[in-house]
Amino acid sequence: MDFLSDQFRNFLNEAFVENLALTYFLGMCTFLAVSKNVKTALGLGVAVIVVQAITVPANNLIYRQVLLPLELDYLGLICYIGVIAAMVQILEMTLDKFFPVLYNQLGIFLPLITVNCAILGGTLFMVTDDLDFLSSCRYGISSGFGWAVAIAALAGIREKMKYSDIPHGLRGLGITFMIVGLMALGFLAFSGIEP
Amino acid sequence: MAKKASAKDLIWDPVFNNNPIALQILGICSALAVTTKLDKSITMSIAVIFVCAFASAGVALIRHRIPSSIRIIVQMTIIASLVILVDQFLKAFNYGLSKELSVFVGLIITNCIVMGRAEGFAMQNTVRDSFLDGIGNGLGYGLILVVVGSIRELFGSGTLLGFTVLPKGEAGWYEPNGLMLLSPSAFFIIGIFIWVLRCWKTDQMEEA
Repeated sequence: MDFLSDQFRNFLNEAFVENLALTYFLGMCTFLAVSKNVKTALGLGVAVIVVQAITVPANNLIYRQVLLPLELDYLGLICYIGVIAAMVQILEMTLDKFFPVLYNQLGIFLPLITVNCAILGGTLFMVTDDLDFLSSCRYGISSGFGWAVAIAALAGIREKMKYSDIPHGLRGLGITFMIVGLMALGFLAFSGIEP
Repeated sequence: MAKKASAKDLIWDPVFNNNPIALQILGICSALAVTTKLDKSITMSIAVIFVCAFASAGVALIRHRIPSSIRIIVQMTIIASLVILVDQFLKAFNYGLSKELSVFVGLIITNCIVMGRAEGFAMQNTVRDSFLDGIGNGLGYGLILVVVGSIRELFGSGTLLGFTVLPKGEAGWYEPNGLMLLSPSAFFIIGIFIWVLRCWKTDQMEEA
């Protein structure tokens, strides 16, 4: 029981307090560009969760089993980005073959994910925090989940904002930044939850 | 950019007219995270200028030899090698700073500015032009970083580069604004920055 509740608490902590998008600013480029409507935002969010859940444990294995024993950890960056690119490619082909419906929905987002800093960031945080394999599986899912929640929420707000009267210079990007700032402020409230 | 652009245009155009952060929404992730202190922002800007310039030059150098189907991987490898270089260099000469920047040096790899310029500019242009374009975009990124970094350090801790500007505590009068050191303030400042820039250059406004 203890184990489970520990995992659950860590999950909440990683998803909300250490939110990749709002606390660490990762994946901002896609976060701002693909949050114009809720449906696409959700699609991208799901894609991020899936890729994150696969790549973080995979990179964890590589880091622990290959790079550390051989003392090659300075080559880490190049390996991780290779793994991410390869994983995304494999995932794309698998989805295309076995789940064409899902592929059609997620398809356009998958290539974007390779250069999404949230994915590489998740891996790098896993390395800095020195997580073991099990924790890395959990971290992959929780961090992806936090990112997905954030982008879906932002998309919801932006949809409503079409009807607001915004100062001209602030339209588009400017006001989006302000809203993300306010959201980040809101997410700070979660930091009261002690892990 | 069909006709031969002058070196000056290549460098200054991205700084004000076509700023990578304010207009192209590229490379925002790291721009927000490292700006709590001015020295971090400056280091980060130099790192990005270096990587961006040499990555563009490198990609331009072999642009005729890269098969288009694997070009992303080739670009990634060039960029990642340069980033490893920067990372090792920082660790060797300024370990404290490299610890503070933590993962964000590594994240230059996925910084969309570097990727974007390699893909969008360096693949079609000569080595010299790409190199200058890389420097220009790095500068445009650096400008915003330095501005945001100074505002946040000045009002968040009352210092600039570690020197006290606004005295605080027992002897001073300034009450540091803790919010400036937290993440939301970075969003507000960049939002305002974009607003100001767009009021000045009205052609950059969006219809939304």
